[in-house]
Amino acid sequence: MDLVLQLLFTGIGIGAVYALVALGFVLIFRATNVVNFAQGEFSMVAAYLMVVFAVDHGWPYWLSFLIALGGMALLGVIFNLGVYYPLRHRTFLPVIIATIGASILLSNSVLAIYGPQPQVLQGWFETPGIQLGPVYLDSQYLLIIAVTIALVIFNYWFFEKTLLGKKLQATSQDKEMASLLGISVSTMIMITFIYSAVLGGLAGILVAPVLFVSIQMGSTIALKAFAATIIGGFGDVAGAIIGGLALGVIETFGAAYISVPYKDGFAFLVLVAFLIFRPQGIFGERVAEKA
Amino acid sequence: MSAPSDNMPIPAPAVRSRPLLLRHLPYFIGAAILVALAAGLRFDGYILNILLQATTFSIAVFGLSVVLGLCGQINLAQAAFFGLGAYAVGLGTNDLHLSFWLCLVGGCVVALLAGALLGMSTLRLGGHYLAMVTISFQQIVTLVMINAIWLTHGPDGVSNIRRPELFQTSQSYLAFCVAMLAIVGYLVWHLSDTKLGRAMRAVRDNELAAGVNGIDVFRTKIYAFALCALLGGLAGGLFAGGFAYVSPDQFSFAESIVFLTMSLLGGVASPIGSAIGTGLLILIPEWLRFLKSVPGLYLAIYGLFVILIIRFMPDGIWGFVADAFSRWRAHIKAPPVAAALQLKPATVGGEFVLEVTGLSKHFGGLKAVDGVDIAVRRGGVHALIGPNGSGKTTTLNVLSGLYEATSGKIVLDGTDITRMPPHQRTAAGLGRTFQNIRLFRSMTALENVEIGAERPGNTMIGKGEDALTERAMEALNFVGLGHRANELISSFSYGHQRLIEIARALAANPTLLLLDEPAAGLNSTEKLELHELLKRIAAQGLTILIIDHDMTLVSEAAQHITVLNFGRRIADGESMAVLRHPDVVSAYLGSE
Repeated sequence: MDLVLQLLFTGIGIGAVYALVALGFVLIFRATNVVNFAQGEFSMVAAYLMVVFAVDHGWPYWLSFLIALGGMALLGVIFNLGVYYPLRHRTFLPVIIATIGASILLSNSVLAIYGPQPQVLQGWFETPGIQLGPVYLDSQYLLIIAVTIALVIFNYWFFEKTLLGKKLQATSQDKEMASLLGISVSTMIMITFIYSAVLGGLAGILVAPVLFVSIQMGSTIALKAFAATIIGGFGDVAGAIIGGLALGVIETFGAAYISVPYKDGFAFLVLVAFLIFRPQGIFGERVAEKA
Repeated sequence: MSAPSDNMPIPAPAVRSRPLLLRHLPYFIGAAILVALAAGLRFDGYILNILLQATTFSIAVFGLSVVLGLCGQINLAQAAFFGLGAYAVGLGTNDLHLSFWLCLVGGCVVALLAGALLGMSTLRLGGHYLAMVTISFQQIVTLVMINAIWLTHGPDGVSNIRRPELFQTSQSYLAFCVAMLAIVGYLVWHLSDTKLGRAMRAVRDNELAAGVNGIDVFRTKIYAFALCALLGGLAGGLFAGGFAYVSPDQFSFAESIVFLTMSLLGGVASPIGSAIGTGLLILIPEWLRFLKSVPGLYLAIYGLFVILIIRFMPDGIWGFVADAFSRWRAHIKAPPVAAALQLKPATVGGEFVLEVTGLSKHFGGLKAVDGVDIAVRRGGVHALIGPNGSGKTTTLNVLSGLYEATSGKIVLDGTDITRMPPHQRTAAGLGRTFQNIRLFRSMTALENVEIGAERPGNTMIGKGEDALTERAMEALNFVGLGHRANELISSFSYGHQRLIEIARALAANPTLLLLDEPAAGLNSTEKLELHELLKRIAAQGLTILIIDHDMTLVSEAAQHITVLNFGRRIADGESMAVLRHPDVVSAYLGSE
């Protein structure tokens, strides 16, 4: 029982990271109808930025953190202008392929600069964790869960209560109508890319002390996050979060009770099971096209 | 489905099919010369390895030209399928001491099955699912290759892989691979002009239109995907025999991206492009060896290539060349002549071709169509009218199977089609056009109409390509566009595109033709032409159910009118009587 509680805590912690990246997926998907296959690389790049500033240069953690997030915002801008925007009038297939190209470009550029050796990044806190009854609460996992909760609340407030959030929603639902109402669609899409790059970056920085900082971390996280969005129901914000948490828990238990080397395979099995038995996910996606 | 008397296949002229083989003779002569060169020339080991790699990789990239180029579906796991074939040959010949041929076939079968299963789980959904699932599959295969040491030898890989007795020397094995490349290339090249190939292109261009033209979209995608996997497996098996050693890193996700880049660079739509792209991307890194000295650098450049090609050269190198060539050819190639179009709608049922009873379609709480009855009399023109939002197009979409009915029953010519998917309804005799035209935009007018003519159950065409072309030409002539048969859809005006869509439906010789606002967006001359066309169609006894806003058109063309308002039927009967009906007048003009 103690082990179960411990695994549950770890699972939710890792699931929260998937949820954050999944949120970035969903936001871009809703704004542009495109799945950004480089979303995971945002996390990887941000983690490496942290390594550069906090570890290599030895700058304060908070300062490195702000610089890394600033760098992610910039990356979001470059990504939009270089990859998505020129293809915005094409069908989804070329755009998907271009984002895959971008993902390959990002991860291998970092590989070429930094080499294949995984890097280590310390957590925020000096204290490694606290013992709460039978369960040991790792401080970094606690932080991840807290930040995810805060971001979910922020996200709700931002999209439902602010004018900018409503403009973003309007753009994602009907671009033509939004532009007729005087909303600058290209600005809104730019903001979406910046926001989801920062979100992905944040997830990467949070998870870096738990995993190693490596070239593969981006694609690993992205695959899980994508599976999470399908499990939750594609394009649904709440679904992405629930799906992410569920996947983290399933994976942690799978690794503990079934097999460690195949840990990364469980997400795939769950994904295929959902695709076969409930393709619309827990919360449902409208897949139909209008004739 | 139809009486035997309707079965009047036009005899296919046998003389015309002979030149096909003759025309392809240069290809086989060229291929034979290449095989002879591969067998005869003396290469040193380095060149030999490069040629062997280029040959086997090309076959794997051919697979991508089928799935991505022809069918428009993405596959980011081609290296995994390649690996399945390679490991089958490696483990089979090394550990189990089986014959090379048996292992090669076994590897192909494993790859084919894996591809088909993967496709079945995902292809019903959108392309982004497929992309992610294939990446996941790729990761799983890599995980198994590295971790299942008892089976795969783990990271060390498999060595001492044997070749067939017949091709023991590297030179003869290369010649064998070149011969395989030539055969597979020929098949893939001609696939696009077969029924399956046309279906794949139709699916790529417009899935909805493919479905209502009698193509089983899901199955077509699975065929494309499984074929791609099969070619990957074949290529992998040949690769393993050629290099005698395989290890997991040769079949990683990065290699799948390399395959994708090769395919995109050369031109995804054609095997020639695939071969060009593969050759270039194997040679360029050899010339620029320093790129490989920094890990990641050459893949980073591939990633950049992918973005740039998609942005600036979406059809690849060969697409660019072929496009110029086909523009030139379309003008010199005279369309074939054809007889007058005959419509012989099937007749087995009774007085009514279509009987709809209690049809409902609810979207959540919205009752878009609510308990509607429609009976369409055989040989007549029946109109379905109503104000905007009255449920006309929804009704049509439920009839053609794009939406599933919430309740009610649809009987077409004696067959209950209520629960059938769109392509089966088309096979049962339904034809339709769309309000917003849905043609296959990368094809010529003739090819579009040919897909219509290929409807399963079309009794008006004989066997073979020539009969098909002839039927399609008849339909195009019928709408007056036969002389422009070989032009691409994009060169036609809006009105003409609508006529092509009607020709596509007519070529299928439907029992019932559904026309969804055919007059929408047409100018007055075009409307007159449309009106003439409808008369000529009706004169052949084809039953038509038409939706339109143009009251002149409706009242002159239709003998019978059903009126919908707010999803319910408010009037039904002979045209003039219905149009004078007070409920109809108030629905259109508002009541006092």
